[in-house]
Amino acid sequence: MATYTYPTFPYQPPADLMQGAPQRRPLVIIGAGPVGLAAAIDARLQGLDVLLFDEDDSVSFGSRAVCYAKRALEILDRLGVGDPVVDKGVSWNVGRTFMKEEEVYRFNLVPDAGHKRPGMINLQQYHLEEALVKRATELGADLRWKYKVVAVTPLADGARVSLETPDGAFDIEADWVVVADGARSNVRRQLGLDIEGHVFKDRFLIADVVMKADYPAERWFWFDPPFHPNQSVLLHKQSDNVWRIDFQLGWDADPEEEKKPENILPRVRAMLGDDRELELEWASIYTFQCRRMTNFRHGHLLFAGDAAHQVSPFGARGANSGLQDTDDLMWKLALVIKGLAPQALLDTYDADRVYAADENIRNSTRSTDFITPKSAVSKLFRNAALELARTQPFARKLVNSGRLSVPSFLVHSALNTPDADRFAGDMVPGAPLDDAPVGVSGDDRWLLDQLGHRFVLLAFADSASQVDAALPTLAAQAAALAGAPIQVDTVLVTAHAGASLPGVATLHDRDGLVAQRLDARPGTCYLIRPDQHVAARWRAFDASAVQAALHRATAQAPQAVAERLAA
Amino acid sequence: MSLQLQPNLAEPGQRYFRDFTPGDDFYEALIETHRDLSDEQSQLLNAKLILLLANQVGDIAVLKQALAAARDNM
Repeated sequence: MATYTYPTFPYQPPADLMQGAPQRRPLVIIGAGPVGLAAAIDARLQGLDVLLFDEDDSVSFGSRAVCYAKRALEILDRLGVGDPVVDKGVSWNVGRTFMKEEEVYRFNLVPDAGHKRPGMINLQQYHLEEALVKRATELGADLRWKYKVVAVTPLADGARVSLETPDGAFDIEADWVVVADGARSNVRRQLGLDIEGHVFKDRFLIADVVMKADYPAERWFWFDPPFHPNQSVLLHKQSDNVWRIDFQLGWDADPEEEKKPENILPRVRAMLGDDRELELEWASIYTFQCRRMTNFRHGHLLFAGDAAHQVSPFGARGANSGLQDTDDLMWKLALVIKGLAPQALLDTYDADRVYAADENIRNSTRSTDFITPKSAVSKLFRNAALELARTQPFARKLVNSGRLSVPSFLVHSALNTPDADRFAGDMVPGAPLDDAPVGVSGDDRWLLDQLGHRFVLLAFADSASQVDAALPTLAAQAAALAGAPIQVDTVLVTAHAGASLPGVATLHDRDGLVAQRLDARPGTCYLIRPDQHVAARWRAFDASAVQAALHRATAQAPQAVAERLAA
Repeated sequence: MSLQLQPNLAEPGQRYFRDFTPGDDFYEALIETHRDLSDEQSQLLNAKLILLLANQVGDIAVLKQALAAARDNM
């Protein structure tokens, strides 16, 4: 490949793991794709020892996932790899949809200013993985390349993992295993676990083409363009002048024929309409399905990413939801491993990420049905929507060439404390917290960068000097909250800049957007989870309410415990 | 009264966090209604649906605008 040199990661012989086998580890991760690596990084940030096995010794072959959404970027920021990924990638917010040659619909993923990250960046998956491997390594994750997992045997208190390496086979045991070995998960298959859903009868050619082109950094989607009649085409800009182009081929296409460069390049030339220099870097024929495992938790095995669920690619909800899986899982797993929360907390990973997977499957399926209608009447309505979209605003909203990945609002999560006070806006319990510009000691920063990894109590006052008026007893309680077994850091958000409160981080709401987006006034408090989701919120500070919400958010609420005992 | 041309679909009592969801919900229900029908049956269903919805709209002046918008460019 002209634009990229694949690294080879070092093979370390297993002698140290074979000694006195089977050894026992607190956490094993299977798979070094984006999801497994993100889990490893997050585990290290939570202070856990990590052993990760991958059967290969390099990064993803081909650009593959490409589109990383704002929420994924926020997670990557929290993991400490946001900047290299965003700096290398191509940012975009605008998507345009064309019918034949006419634009019928346009969306903007982040219409409001005042967010750190764009709606989406495009980056070849190998660049992302290289950054993740570097970060995981510098944090001390033990990554074992060319270690193939051949079997996983569930135990009462963990799992036994059987491995093959170039220097022989051995077993190792783990208290907990995160299974992130991809769509064709060997572990899932070997254990005979269900994965239900449906296959779409269509094929797409995806090609990475190196070329100089003037298209803007926007996602362009065509229905029935003149250069590819009666089919769809999708165009994305990646880094290094590499363009991703998807051509719909139909179910009857011959994958072997269509993958040949001599059959791909003419399609690209037809799209460009000229003879400029082109180089085909990578091509693949894609068929897709929308399906998920019934449960993502099986005892001490936790399935994440494509191993647990798959979607069709329209909307880029695959890798993005996998990263959100680890965002949800790893802080919970850390608390369980540290003995600070019951295993039932991991059942909420299952419930909440199954809910999210269903939302992603629903949206990807709807997009796929619009792009590749399964019946004559479906095609009829699709074409009617496209026709009307040329002139009628309501029809533009119906045009579905992809509902691009956004995080779920986990409104049904058992970890949420329902609102007792009235709040406007979208930052409900279970919501992924909105970002906003803040000031930290006079420097311009971002709200989400101040959160994550641990519970945070965001408390609002006009200024640090007026905190006692708005939030009586907060200053006195902050140290106790921070020193508790499950730490809660208090962060003050003030409308006015100025002095800070000793022992309490203070953020200046420099554009007023924090208060606006959270519908906050002096006295308002938000309990934010380690994954930057809202657990609870109130109009006044009450230490016992915060404690109760914290217990609930870690599956320790008395009511929840009673329910489990009764079941 | 003028024909409603702005997005107007929502289910009462439902909270939507994404602006595309209500339209997509209805669109899916519409396509699903045609499940397992022949092309001829689908045509009949669509015609029945037009008559049902026309009666719901009621105002013939508005309906005439809809008829014109549907016929436009054909």
